Amino acid sequence: MTEPLAFEKSRASLPGPRLPAAGVPEVAPADILPAGALRSTPPRLPRLSEPELMRHYSRLGAMNYSISKNFYPLGSCTMKYNPVVNEVAASLPGFAWLHPYQPEDTVQGALELMWDLEQALCAVVGMDRMSLQPAAGAHGEWTGLRMIQAYHEDRGDERTEVLVPDSAHGTNPASAALCGFRVVEVKSAPDGRVSLPDLEGKLNERTAAIMLTNPNTVGTFEEEILEIAEMVHAVGAKLYYDGANLNALMGICRPGDMGFDVVHLNLHKTFTTPHGGGGPGAGPVGVKHELEPFLPRPTVRKENGHYRFDQERPKSIGRVRSFYGNFGMLVRALTYILAMGGDGLSQASLDAVLAANYLRSRLDGLLEFPQPPPCKHEFVASARSLPNGIKALDLAKGLLERGFYAPTIYFPLIVPEAVMVEPTETESKATLDAFTEAVAEIVRLAQSEPDRLREEPTSLPVGRLDEVAAARNPVLRWSPRAAD
Amino acid sequence: MAERKYTATHEWIVIDGGRATIGITDFAQAQLGDVVFLELPKTGAKVAPGEAFGVIESVKAASDLYAPVAGSVVEVNERLVQNPELVNKDPYGEGWLLKVEVEGEPQGLLTEAEYKADAKAEH
Repeated sequence: MTEPLAFEKSRASLPGPRLPAAGVPEVAPADILPAGALRSTPPRLPRLSEPELMRHYSRLGAMNYSISKNFYPLGSCTMKYNPVVNEVAASLPGFAWLHPYQPEDTVQGALELMWDLEQALCAVVGMDRMSLQPAAGAHGEWTGLRMIQAYHEDRGDERTEVLVPDSAHGTNPASAALCGFRVVEVKSAPDGRVSLPDLEGKLNERTAAIMLTNPNTVGTFEEEILEIAEMVHAVGAKLYYDGANLNALMGICRPGDMGFDVVHLNLHKTFTTPHGGGGPGAGPVGVKHELEPFLPRPTVRKENGHYRFDQERPKSIGRVRSFYGNFGMLVRALTYILAMGGDGLSQASLDAVLAANYLRSRLDGLLEFPQPPPCKHEFVASARSLPNGIKALDLAKGLLERGFYAPTIYFPLIVPEAVMVEPTETESKATLDAFTEAVAEIVRLAQSEPDRLREEPTSLPVGRLDEVAAARNPVLRWSPRAAD
Repeated sequence: MAERKYTATHEWIVIDGGRATIGITDFAQAQLGDVVFLELPKTGAKVAPGEAFGVIESVKAASDLYAPVAGSVVEVNERLVQNPELVNKDPYGEGWLLKVEVEGEPQGLLTEAEYKADAKAEH
């Protein structure tokens, strides 16, 4: 099934919509706009009737794959179920109809929500204060590093380097580079954890920070984190926690207690706000007291039961987002936290780790596992032992054919033919078993009919795409046909 | 023809007189898969041993390219802009990346046997 573009379905014979009278005197555009701003030809807008347009979008929507349809085992992305109660809370008129320019006295409930969410998130990660402004995880990373930069500058300490493990999320080095730091890569030990001797050799008085995620991207806990924190602090550098993998640890242990100074959270991962095209995201950043003066402004302050925006922050790195972040996501995240409660959040993490270990043990023997069990909330398998030249990419395409979304492939870079899976706590045993069956069938096909597997998917709206041609010769613009 | 030497980061180098040609190894191109983009320095740029001089991108990953020796770039393989697949098809021939005027004495380059042992241990 395919669906033409609305432009391709357009019929020039159809009239456009009849708009009601404006209610104000009409002005000719040429009288009020400079000549350069006026167009000489009418815009090419598609012309369809309302039912045609409705069906067009409904058909496109039906082709979409989402967590509402089936399992989404995308490693390191925590594609967990987004509870409907979040949507109910976010659409309450008192939240949904707020205007960011309303006076503080009329938005006390919204400020209270931001205050409460900040307190709850700080409690989960062991930080002292938090900014809710950043609009995504990478934005949170950049904000956190800017604060660390401002902290060092404030002390007259010139620090130019940020250490990043070779297993890190790609956003880590990118955020550091955008802040103007030189990125220094730290090697992994064979077990996937940070190599302490390599770290030792790269820490010095130029080091501003190290960025770590714990558990790391191969799904193992950095057991030497306290030693790492001591080494990093000994040279005057800070520890940055990439919160993408927090789903393994909520209510079990806290980055703040491990020695981290700055933490970003992905509300769209750990705290069930929509993700992957359903966003927008939210990437709050928490800090220890020492870095609090540098938080983006404004923060929310509570005084005598009254809430207000605190703009008086002379050392602040400034605003990092218009208004107050993606407020609707803050409503959803606090709804989730309150609905779960502290014990519920701990249980979610325990279940996420259990689900990952169950699936890992089911897949053992079908795929190769470079790291020994147990894993935390996700695991990395390798497809390199599949026969007949079948690759991780073919496995991923085969899973699409069988109704699943593909896992993360070719990441982390330290595992050849990596297949990274994160089931999350919201998947049932039956779903994990069905996924295992699909992988088993693909492994059998790799042996018996590799050519058939190389042609999959065949039953989806589009078949095997030529990803190489798309990358080498990207066609990024659709041009209307000359005929109409 | 001068002997081809290697780095642990999967570059090769052939030094002939004071002039060197640099590329990535067959093992590296096979691991990367189809190369789709290269970011290479301009003629005249300085490269330093072990320092990144460019970026290679495949459908799987983007990786830094490291200079095996110190020197200044005298020629860049312009054909790779339109035809990055040459790195996959002929990594030791038409898929070369840079020609460099070598400065100083090259240090720590690997022989073919050493490189192969190294790459085998890694995977």
